[in-house]
Amino acid sequence: MAALILDPLAALGRATLAACRTIGDVTLFALEAVSHLVRPPFYGRLFWRAFVEIAWFSLPVVALTAVFTGMVLALQSYTGFARFNAQSTIASVVVISLTRELGPVLAALMVAGRIGASFAAEIGTMRVTDQIDALTTLSTNPMKYLVAPRLLAAVIALPLLVLVADVLGVMGGWLIGTYKLGFVSAAYLKSTFDYLEADDVISGLVKAAVFGFVIALMGTWCGYRSKGGAQGVGGATTTAVVTSSILILALDYVLTEAFFAQ
Amino acid sequence: MSDMLQQAPRAAGTASAVPKIRLRGLRKAFGAKQVLDGVDADVAAGHSLVILGGSGSGKSVTIKCILGLVQPDEGSIEVDGRDVLAMSRREREALGDRIGMLFQNGALFDSLPVWENVCFKLLAQKRITRAKARDKAAEVLAQVGLAGSVGDLSPAELSGGMQKRVALARAIAAQPDIIFFDEPTTGLDPIMGAVIDGLIVDCVKRLGATAVSITHDMASARRIGDTAAMLHKGRIVWTGPAGALGHTGNALVDQFANGEREGPIQMELRR
Repeated sequence: MAALILDPLAALGRATLAACRTIGDVTLFALEAVSHLVRPPFYGRLFWRAFVEIAWFSLPVVALTAVFTGMVLALQSYTGFARFNAQSTIASVVVISLTRELGPVLAALMVAGRIGASFAAEIGTMRVTDQIDALTTLSTNPMKYLVAPRLLAAVIALPLLVLVADVLGVMGGWLIGTYKLGFVSAAYLKSTFDYLEADDVISGLVKAAVFGFVIALMGTWCGYRSKGGAQGVGGATTTAVVTSSILILALDYVLTEAFFAQ
Repeated sequence: MSDMLQQAPRAAGTASAVPKIRLRGLRKAFGAKQVLDGVDADVAAGHSLVILGGSGSGKSVTIKCILGLVQPDEGSIEVDGRDVLAMSRREREALGDRIGMLFQNGALFDSLPVWENVCFKLLAQKRITRAKARDKAAEVLAQVGLAGSVGDLSPAELSGGMQKRVALARAIAAQPDIIFFDEPTTGLDPIMGAVIDGLIVDCVKRLGATAVSITHDMASARRIGDTAAMLHKGRIVWTGPAGALGHTGNALVDQFANGEREGPIQMELRR
């Protein structure tokens, strides 16, 4: 009888302790990685390689997502707002939604799928094939060599991607607004920029930088801690994408609250 | 046991009173499993020690403890008379600069061409520029019997034997004075295994380095070792000349060396 009550409690306790250990480990991992960003040697070549991988090679998927999101947003807003004769606000709704929210979140989710998985798989494979131990024996700190350049690259690349996503998303909305919904092009654009404020864009870019950090952190951490061969690397990749996606959505709320709560 | 390990030098004249590597009471457990249970060993400068033992006996963990990749629970590790575990991070890094390691599967970096793999440590230590690294890599590759043109290939384009040679080239490129070899002939055919062993012996001799190898391959152990040590249940249970393997008079070692099914070592098989 006692076991019936105590066993679930013990399981809950074990899960709680495991969660605390994981959070602590990720935090220490992040602090160590950040500390390597300000201590030489610096690996500019690796930073650049990671930056190109994130910013340039993620551009097509982020651009397509942004364009279609802008188009859908314009169409949905039109059909919804028509009920209240508020169609004239569509341009501002599109631009504010994109810059504050959809641009950073959707771009980050796309990059999490592409780059988070890639980081976890690459570093995880290095872990299970002793390449990370080999780095240590070759007078190279693995955190400095593998993690720090990727973190920095993601923090810089994500805002740039989001900036592009914002522009393309607005263009998507403009396309639908002018060619399908019959808005006058100049009026649509004027409405777009009249209601757009610098804070809308800046908050989106700050979110993007935070999301970039989270994506790179979870990708590298999951890869770095992976074990058990191919299955372990597969698990690390899945965990990296799932956890970074959830963290992106959770942090999006926290940051929105911080920026815009009255 | 320490005395025996310092006998039979291959590189004569380099032995000194202080062993190059000294392990005392090394213990390491992973969870409930006690992998190392008081390992004691001395390796004299310029000597080649081969550690034998069954799978899971702690051979790799012993090497990883010396390399600083695994932190032992107890015991001491001395290199040139200095306690490695008491060293500062900077001292430890300086020691690492003098050590080379050949990993079991090569552990070559997939993302880098062979020449960059070979000169990785030299580049990391800024002892060479990237412009000169290709020529240096070609020079080291020649020492392991590979053409300089191999330097432009990716590790994935190499056969198993070539990968081992490149890994060996990487291990010796920075001219370390201690080299570790983890199962250097695993996965190779007997002839290629003998070739790799020959290269290892040549390279270690040329550098005058101290070598510690772990292997299951008895032929390889006899070729590359001056001295052999048998690790069983987390302890060194025998040491002696590598040439005596197979007829040592120690039932554990002879069973292992001759690959006999019957003997004091019982494999845990579930039926």
